[in-house]
Amino acid sequence: MNANTSGTEVLLKSGTGLPERFNILARLLHWSMALAILAMLFIGVGMMTSLTWRPWLLDLHQPLGIAILLLAFVRLLNRLRNGAPALPNDIPRWQALAASASHWVLYAFMIFLPLLGWGMRSAGGWPLTMIPGVTLPGIVPVDPFWYALLRDAHGLLAWLLFAVVLMHLAAALIHAWVRRDAVFSTMTFTKR
Amino acid sequence: MNIGDIDIKRSWPALTGIGVIIAVMISAFAWASGLLQNRVTSASFLKDTEHGFPAGYRRVHGKGMCFDGVFRSSGAAERYSTARVFAQSKTNAIGRFSTGDFNPHIPDNATNSVGMAMMLVADNGQQWRMKMSNDPYFPTRDAPGFLEMQKAIAPDPVTGKPDPQSMAAFLGRYPEANKYMKADAQKQWTGSFAGTSFYAVHAYFLVDKDGRRQAVRWWFRPHAKFTAWDAKDRAKASHNALYKDLARRLTKAPLLWDMVLQFAASSDPVDDPSQPWPENRRQVVAGTLEVQRVFDQTDGVCRDINFDPTRIPVGMVLSNDPVLATRAGIYAHSYNARLREIGYGKATTAVGKKAAQ
Repeated sequence: MNANTSGTEVLLKSGTGLPERFNILARLLHWSMALAILAMLFIGVGMMTSLTWRPWLLDLHQPLGIAILLLAFVRLLNRLRNGAPALPNDIPRWQALAASASHWVLYAFMIFLPLLGWGMRSAGGWPLTMIPGVTLPGIVPVDPFWYALLRDAHGLLAWLLFAVVLMHLAAALIHAWVRRDAVFSTMTFTKR
Repeated sequence: MNIGDIDIKRSWPALTGIGVIIAVMISAFAWASGLLQNRVTSASFLKDTEHGFPAGYRRVHGKGMCFDGVFRSSGAAERYSTARVFAQSKTNAIGRFSTGDFNPHIPDNATNSVGMAMMLVADNGQQWRMKMSNDPYFPTRDAPGFLEMQKAIAPDPVTGKPDPQSMAAFLGRYPEANKYMKADAQKQWTGSFAGTSFYAVHAYFLVDKDGRRQAVRWWFRPHAKFTAWDAKDRAKASHNALYKDLARRLTKAPLLWDMVLQFAASSDPVDDPSQPWPENRRQVVAGTLEVQRVFDQTDGVCRDINFDPTRIPVGMVLSNDPVLATRAGIYAHSYNARLREIGYGKATTAVGKKAAQ
């Protein structure tokens, strides 16, 4: 039996100066971007298979990707300024390391996947369209080599991101439903 | 029983729930990405084209020639669409004439299907990519129907003829294909790209400055006379007869096509590419395309361009024609596959290099 099953024995490192929860901006960004990123992953694979939705999905994929890129910078700055709540003391060291590493990997994905997408569209000679008539300039020269490389990297990283997202989700739910510690609630809005 | 610090006996309902959630998400992703192979996706259409042709060529309409030229607007379409192309007097055009087969080395007398693709880039940077064919309409109302038709018309290995039963079954599901197949059997072969009419097939909406929409189809009407290519002449024709004719004509003068917009009446079906509109519908000549030069497709200006007909400028909107949308996916797969081959240096003759001995 775990020592913290009652949920009352909150094992946050009090007195370390670290917050008990992510701040409200971090929590808002986390949940809205979680939705956006999951949607993006499905839009991305969906537009490579759909018979009828591709034009519409592609028009959605581009502005949503740029929105995620911009929000990722806001989120990263917020995280660097305000830090994150500490994990409970009884978490094994390897799990704490994995948690921390996966968070930074997720930040890297949130920034590099949109950049790779922007880059591949640039290399293919396609304007990156936000809304009809509003496009972003290219960031890579028009060239088949760059197109091929960035297209492959974009696709590969998207699948890796999906795997990391699933691991992140599984770990979060284990904290919420199995360990029942205070980790999950550092990201929720409910009172405790 | 414990794994790490998790008590399985106590936690199995929660662990099962988490497992189910993850499994559902993996399954949904596998379905969306086509990994389950349980449905027709845009990737299904190019499955049968993985054959021994050299790397780097387009997967469909593999044989072709690049062209450049200008589109001169007549000004007549400007009141129906805010697309810059209709307002500015002159727009540069990059395009491609093609032969309607997978094989990039097919002789010109092997098929009566030819195509024209083009990209116009207006001075505001907006692109208009288009793809036309010498058929005025599509055989079926949707794209899976086209796959079924290909299966139905494929010769039976025993009889050498299409299987009448599967043909009847196909026509039962897609009766509209009767019209196309009858017309195709009687279609005159074109003896020159220059005299060929090229049809965009799918409907689009023009959008004017007040946001009013008008459904249109367009076609390119040649200034040169149509010349039929009869069986006797075809039999004697050289391997690249049509492309040689094209290049020869262009040494003398540019080739011209009028861009004709056909306006739908309110009762006309907009989203069905197998239903052409009556010929007496109003037509407006939006401008004239002047093709000036042709280039070998191996190093020509059109080689790395995907003429995806769903990328259109402001002032136009896509119809809900399902075949138009399916094209976008199919073209993307062809484009990704061949640009990978070209980009990673696997293409030989497709980029003008001699194949390694």
